[in-house]
Amino acid sequence: MSNQANAVELQRLVRRYGARHVLNQIDLTIRASEFVAVLGPSGTGKTTLLRILSGLDRADGGTVRLAAKRAVVFQEPRLVPARRVWENVVLGESGEDAKRAASRALGEVGLSGHAQAWPKTLSGGEAQRVALARALVHEPALLLLDEPFASLDALTRIRMHGLVEQLWRRHRPAVVLVTHDVDEAILLADRVLVLADGRISLDMSVGIDRPRRKASPEFDRLRTRLLVQLGVVDHAQAPPEEIPEPIATP
Amino acid sequence: MSQHSTPTAAFQAPAQPFLVDLSPRADRTRWSVALQAWGGSFRRVASPLALLLLWQLVVELAIVPRQVLPAPSQIVAAFGELIETGELQRALPASIGRSLLGLAIGGGIGLVIGLFAGLWRIGEEIFDAPLQMLRTVPFIAAVPLFIIWFGIDEPVKIIVILAATIFPVYLNTYAGVRGVDPKLIEAATIFGLSHPRIIRHVILPTAMPSILVGIRYAAGISLLALVVAEQINARAGIGYILTNANTNQRSDILIAGIIVYAALGILTDIIMRRVEAAVLPWKPQHAVA
Repeated sequence: MSNQANAVELQRLVRRYGARHVLNQIDLTIRASEFVAVLGPSGTGKTTLLRILSGLDRADGGTVRLAAKRAVVFQEPRLVPARRVWENVVLGESGEDAKRAASRALGEVGLSGHAQAWPKTLSGGEAQRVALARALVHEPALLLLDEPFASLDALTRIRMHGLVEQLWRRHRPAVVLVTHDVDEAILLADRVLVLADGRISLDMSVGIDRPRRKASPEFDRLRTRLLVQLGVVDHAQAPPEEIPEPIATP
Repeated sequence: MSQHSTPTAAFQAPAQPFLVDLSPRADRTRWSVALQAWGGSFRRVASPLALLLLWQLVVELAIVPRQVLPAPSQIVAAFGELIETGELQRALPASIGRSLLGLAIGGGIGLVIGLFAGLWRIGEEIFDAPLQMLRTVPFIAAVPLFIIWFGIDEPVKIIVILAATIFPVYLNTYAGVRGVDPKLIEAATIFGLSHPRIIRHVILPTAMPSILVGIRYAAGISLLALVVAEQINARAGIGYILTNANTNQRSDILIAGIIVYAALGILTDIIMRRVEAAVLPWKPQHAVA
């Protein structure tokens, strides 16, 4: 019954913590290779949603169908400190095949020379790149990114955006990117969801052709739209008269 | 310069310059810095040397009788005596052998139970409470009980050492395993690792530093336990030398024996630190006392 071309099929998904509905009747379908960003302030259930998509958490109600091969990149790199970088990329495996696969994955993220290094010697950005390599080495159908660049400095973040887009083009997994950063969402994703009060309050497609320019008028329009939906006014940006009304959650 | 314009200002702060001068001082030359550093090392070495000289002097001037406090020169002579008669060479293997055997058995038990309790809830439920209770018993106080149970020959000595070394290894192994970041385990779960593989590739390697600290601490304790154990009717070993020295009122040999124990302790610590550095190449080595 499920469409082979979908990476995620959620119907009437419910997740409760005590009396609170963290996720309340979420319906969401994500197609193969689709890049989806999920925006929302802290505590709205973005991370809960991601944990359910990764299989770490169970829903309390509704249907959850997910691609079998999934991978996650967390906010922290979560590398095993007692294992070398290449061993972390192919965690749990050994042998020449594994080593080659690790080498290739590390080459894609620009860390070929670091295969034998210990994780403690890596910078934050490098460690996250290893985490990306680890996520992609087995060609997942669904890649989940939980605020992966939140703890990196702004300059490294710019580089990482470029890297993620490049990797997505090559490997074509469906991607769910949970982020606070509106610009990041518009830059990378085909589709942006806004979560509020456990529901999807906005599901908007980003129609801009790639490569996208942050300074372009379309980008600006989308940014304003999303900020309004998030309830944030950026006085450094849109003039007050042009701010549209947010869409009320159905 | 700010002027306070309060009408009732009875006190006015003295006029402060706007800038303060924090330029490098001319007198902090390379020489004065070098001299300061050199002075430090000199004092560090000179202090114990001065104490030794003072000690020697105190005895030479008969301020304290030789019987009570032998001079450093006498202690060196005592060492010479022990080596010439071959006593030290016989005693050391006996003592070290006891210590190692007790450490191996006690450490082994502590390791196995620690892993069991750390990795599985049921292990924790069975073992943790009794071990936490037992570890507060000072093993020295338990020696008379051990003598009643196990006699006064070789076995009881090993048992004393064994009993003392179980606990540091158990506690550190348990803490090391339980202390592995759950986020790491989560990540490994997502990447499809089975439970046994997670134990082998994530938990054990990450817990290894704690486990080794436990073993290092147990190695130190095993020497302490050795001293205590060798007080029980020793027939060989450093404790035997000390018992004899005590009988013959040879305080110089007593002190020499104590120094041997201390040297063994330092050696053990150095060896264990080397082992740790070799087994944990990924860990940045901190210089701790």
